[in-house]
Amino acid sequence: MRMLPSRVLIATNRFGLGANSFDVLKAQSNPKKWLHDQISSTKIEPEIPSKLPSSDQILLESYLSRGIKDEDKKQDIRKIRRKQFYGALSARLKNQIKTEHPFAERLVMFWSNHFTVSRTRGIIGPAIPAYENEAIRPHIFGPFEDMLLSVVQHPCMLIYLDNISSIGPNSLQGKRRGKDLNENLAREILELHTIGAQGGYTQADVTNFAKIITGWTVARKRKNARRQKTPPGNFMFNNRVHEPGEQILLGQTFRQNGQAQGIEALKHISRHPSTAKFIATKLVRHFVNDNPPAQAVEKIERVFKSTNGNLAKVSHALIDLDEAWDDTGTKVKSPEELVISTLRALYDDGLTALPPRRFLFPALKTMGQDIFHAPSPAGWPDEAEKWISPESLKHRIEWVRAISQYSSLSSQPLDVFANTIAPFTTDDIQKLIKGAPSREDGLALIFASPAFQRR
Amino acid sequence: MISRREFTALSAFGAMTSFMAPLAFADAPTKKRLIFINLKGAMDGLHALAPYADSDYRKLRPTLGLGFPGTDKGVLDLDGSFGLHPALTAFQSLYRSKELLFVPAVSTQYRRRSHFEAQNMLEGGGASPYQQKTGWLNRAIQQMGASPNRIGLSLGPTLPLIMQGQADVRTWSDSRLPEAGEDFLNRVSGLYDNDPILHKAFKQAYETETDPDSMKNMRLGNGRLELSMTAALSILKEKNAPRIAVIESGGWDTHFAQERRLGKLFRELGNSLALIKSELGPVWQDTVVMIVSEFGRTAAENGSNGTDHGTGGLAIMAGGNIKGGKIRGTWPGLSASALFSERDLAPSNQLEGLFMSTLVHHIGLTENQVADHVFPSINNIKMMEDLYH
Repeated sequence: MRMLPSRVLIATNRFGLGANSFDVLKAQSNPKKWLHDQISSTKIEPEIPSKLPSSDQILLESYLSRGIKDEDKKQDIRKIRRKQFYGALSARLKNQIKTEHPFAERLVMFWSNHFTVSRTRGIIGPAIPAYENEAIRPHIFGPFEDMLLSVVQHPCMLIYLDNISSIGPNSLQGKRRGKDLNENLAREILELHTIGAQGGYTQADVTNFAKIITGWTVARKRKNARRQKTPPGNFMFNNRVHEPGEQILLGQTFRQNGQAQGIEALKHISRHPSTAKFIATKLVRHFVNDNPPAQAVEKIERVFKSTNGNLAKVSHALIDLDEAWDDTGTKVKSPEELVISTLRALYDDGLTALPPRRFLFPALKTMGQDIFHAPSPAGWPDEAEKWISPESLKHRIEWVRAISQYSSLSSQPLDVFANTIAPFTTDDIQKLIKGAPSREDGLALIFASPAFQRR
Repeated sequence: MISRREFTALSAFGAMTSFMAPLAFADAPTKKRLIFINLKGAMDGLHALAPYADSDYRKLRPTLGLGFPGTDKGVLDLDGSFGLHPALTAFQSLYRSKELLFVPAVSTQYRRRSHFEAQNMLEGGGASPYQQKTGWLNRAIQQMGASPNRIGLSLGPTLPLIMQGQADVRTWSDSRLPEAGEDFLNRVSGLYDNDPILHKAFKQAYETETDPDSMKNMRLGNGRLELSMTAALSILKEKNAPRIAVIESGGWDTHFAQERRLGKLFRELGNSLALIKSELGPVWQDTVVMIVSEFGRTAAENGSNGTDHGTGGLAIMAGGNIKGGKIRGTWPGLSASALFSERDLAPSNQLEGLFMSTLVHHIGLTENQVADHVFPSINNIKMMEDLYH
């Protein structure tokens, strides 16, 4: 049997979204170059565009439908929205299967999970695929601060973490209505998106930062449309709820008025040394090891700092980490990674239609990862023990067996084996796969095997 | 058909069928039960158990504050100064029959306000975040006797930290995927010998008691407590049932619209507790239900009819053997000078003190076992006495 060099499969499995014959063909002459070439200064458009409307349209419809009393009509709207949402998830999955720049798509997933918004807040649910395309996708190879600014100005994030109801106590509205801050978004930006809980900020920093971003909100539909400057469902800055005056954050005083204060503060936070360390640690955990080696973290941290968070440079540096190529199979795939990589391997001769939906999103939920429904703003975990339990492994095994019945007829186990995991397995496992009683079971055994469950 | 040569290759993996045989369940080391309900997201204790007669409470919560007993949406009075949220009728009746007690102003050692650090400490039982890599309930199970496996029960596809550790834990989650089938599983069993994580999970998944038939129709829903509790109880009613169960409930992070959201959650929580008592029947006498959350919320309401992350929270304990009908621990009050960091209910009572008391007086471990093996990194635990008959 033909044996590919393991570096080809590290590039395609660990950095990409799962090897198949197409990837392997392109990556085999120079795996690193194949990855470096996927880093582009222009926005990576999905190859399968979703027909989903933009988030402002979806949110506007959601807000409008709140007033509807008629139960039947409400049900109809819910049905349409569900269809839209799952349509968008299917398009996203197809794109992840067919994409020719899987490293870039992996980074879209990484960053959209880093800046999680979740269906736990029902009203934003249908707009989350649009959020990913609008706030995350354009910035994966740009400056980190651009992504941060774009996320914090996105209606989904402002609603998800309650900034739309945070009111400066000394603002016009605060004084009139006796209303106060809601510090949820400010805290999670510091804790989860930038500095990190151990990065050195105080409760006063959280409170002051919350004051700084008061007024960052979403435009509602006004009765008098002519007076409406910002179209409904879009980000707007509302000076009437913005806390006036200067604020001290992380040792620096921000004297700006209005929205500029928040923009400057976010830029300051994204350049804070703890942010470089926090982001570097998370990236190295994703690409190298659940326990990120300190040396590798330092390398990425240095690039992040010296380039002011240039994510193209950071991504190049990740590819160049020796640690990522030394030790294979350290990472257990998340259920979503397992599903994508399995389907990429199964549809080696080209995907025409996805398998029945019950084997996709409901199955992902059963395996522990209901897409865009992370339980908390911390997003999905990135460590083996968070994903593998007796129950979840049982469901992974059930799933690979079920899904293998839907392979295209040309997928032959030994080809799939050679194109995905062959160099990382023992002879024993190869014998097991050869000894399978059917083509489908042979495929399922490949997908159940440790080398395939890992990357 | 597999050829003879291939069959030999297959058999080389050893006991191809034996892994399917259920392990005999050794007699559980105790008849006592613990059902640990983790309210994730930080429950607002002051909205469950309100010091309704306190003028500071009214000042801090002009909109959210619960009304006097007998008024519209007023509290269910307990003792003339504290009252329960009106959705917690199930709590009130157990309090009256002296089977339920409250410990307000309670907290782990954690004093900052990150959910994730706080949950890690609550479940890991360490003195600082991420210090412990396993869960304190798993460590407690390991102290319970010679055969600690499958004394614990956890629901859902992944294992919460509090149940992670050396002792095998019984797990259950709903699935509509077709079963993999015995022949396929036999083949799969040969795959994981060199992968410790997958090997351990595989062994536990299939070397197990079969779930009762009633489980086939059970669903976990989206973290709805009543559904999880119904599923857990049908396992807990089995003859040699697990003794220590962890059930998680989400949605408690009420930064906005707190009244509407907590009303629903409290009703579910009350119903779940009532369900435990009625379903367990006589076993209720040997059962304690512990309801806790990673921390409390701000004493004052915020700008969006909600509350932000705080410190002192609320623990609730119920069961046939509880010295109930009391509000236990120190009550620090809500005056400006009494608040922690000028904003939160002060953490006057130690959550680990309740855990220790339960492990010693209910489960039957010794104080030394708990101090040395369950909470080895916390050295100042003060066990709360007189919680059990």
